[in-house]
Amino acid sequence: MTLKRNNNWFGHGLPYLARKPLPGHLIAIEGTDGVGRSTQIALLRPWLELEGYAVSDTGWIRSPLLSETINEAKQGHRLTVTTFSLLYAADFADRLEHEILPALQAGFIVIADRYMYTAFARNAVMGADPAWTRDLFGMALVPDLVLYLQVDVDHLVPRVVQGKGMDYWESGMHLALGSDIFESFLHYQRGLLGEYDRLAEEWGFVTIDARRSIEDIQSELRSHIADYLRRSGRESAKSGKSAEATKSAESEAPTNGAAASDGQKS
Amino acid sequence: MDSRAPDGHGGKPETGLPTANGNSGTGSASIRPHPIRKTLLKSPHSYRGRLIAVEGIDGSGKSTQLGLLDRWLRAQGHPVHFTQWNSSRLVRRSMQRGKRKNLLTPTTFSLLHAVDFADRLTYQILPPLKAGMIVLADRYVYTAFARDVARGVHPEWVRQVYAFAPRPDLTLYFRVPIEVSLERLLAGRAKLKYHEAGMDVGLSSDPVESFRLFQSRVLEIYGALAEEFGLNTIEATGDIPAQQRIVRRMVQEVLRDYQQPRTRAAHDHDAQAK
Repeated sequence: MTLKRNNNWFGHGLPYLARKPLPGHLIAIEGTDGVGRSTQIALLRPWLELEGYAVSDTGWIRSPLLSETINEAKQGHRLTVTTFSLLYAADFADRLEHEILPALQAGFIVIADRYMYTAFARNAVMGADPAWTRDLFGMALVPDLVLYLQVDVDHLVPRVVQGKGMDYWESGMHLALGSDIFESFLHYQRGLLGEYDRLAEEWGFVTIDARRSIEDIQSELRSHIADYLRRSGRESAKSGKSAEATKSAESEAPTNGAAASDGQKS
Repeated sequence: MDSRAPDGHGGKPETGLPTANGNSGTGSASIRPHPIRKTLLKSPHSYRGRLIAVEGIDGSGKSTQLGLLDRWLRAQGHPVHFTQWNSSRLVRRSMQRGKRKNLLTPTTFSLLHAVDFADRLTYQILPPLKAGMIVLADRYVYTAFARDVARGVHPEWVRQVYAFAPRPDLTLYFRVPIEVSLERLLAGRAKLKYHEAGMDVGLSSDPVESFRLFQSRVLEIYGALAEEFGLNTIEATGDIPAQQRIVRRMVQEVLRDYQQPRTRAAHDHDAQAK
């Protein structure tokens, strides 16, 4: 994973945009539905703000342009893997240009609840050509840090059942694996988790064991983020840039002393 | 816990869409480590039907010509299906909202059109093509390659996005000078449309001037596309019947070994012969 990005696009990027410096930080939280991403993000935000960072969060299908269309389309039975993928890519692009990039330009920490890797995982399970999915997201900015909340199906099931329940789409019912939503959920999520694991290796995610308590997960997330901010602060100081944006991370002590930097190349 | 769903290395789709047909039975299929990038646009499709597309800037007269072609084909008893760019219900709301509130960026503009195209491909283009019908498309992916690139998206990216589109048997590109198309458009209606004039690109605040600048770019790209994809250029300044004669001649060529799907009349005829 690159430590300090210099407009590091996944593919061709957005050629029509003027290249502006992006002093902010883009941190993606990945993991399947029900793993606790939003709970963790809700806890990260006040912590970062207390540390003096301005935080902006953005989540999958939340764009004003497309969220309505996607929700509506999910009600019917009209979508194919292709239209599904394109709609998600459009939603992503809308948030990228209207939320993520402006916040990064303004020096915010952007926490993305899911990023393009979610599309990679889902599309692979749904049978889309993986090369095509990746090409589609060529306009994306590569995150500075990807934190992957890893869980297995056995731990996921009770959380989902006790939480909001099994959802048609998150159970992969659209793949017509069978009429039993429980079996379909197991099968679909197992495929999805396998894809996430593979992606974690391919793209060097920081993998976090999400089978533990909320507090344990949170403290590990914080230590990775603090570690990242510290290193990126040193890098920008080295390259002569202002280290102001990251100085508070220097003095900040992670709640969990066992800060690890596995999976990170510096 | 068992999973009884079939373990799929899910056969590669033979449709133009980058997925298995409808429901892929695969859950834990491991994806290839080095995915192959392929585009269907560079090789002929294998469906029984014929796909004929028209391209050109607004005011080139392509829709008029396609309408006359449609009439001629139907008069010969051919089963014809007609489909138009940006006409699916799926993204209509987002498109309207985006245009009205000026929320669209070149990338979202491009992707919404791709959703529209993919939706029409699934429901309006591939089924008739597989059934052996003649599909007439008023604008095809080359419109995206020209317009979206004129708006600033990367030319390779937009080709990748549309990698699932089958190649038409015939694409007619109606080439017209900007001034002629402007004259035609302004004669028909008082005002140029915002996006048609490329007002979103910010080349000029005057719609007519913006149209000139934006559509000149589009025109230039079309010229290059005609070469890249072997589009058949028709000079769209000539008189309408003369153009239509050229169109019909080219279409006739494409229909040379075309076999109509079995109609009920043909079936009755065969049954009687027995």
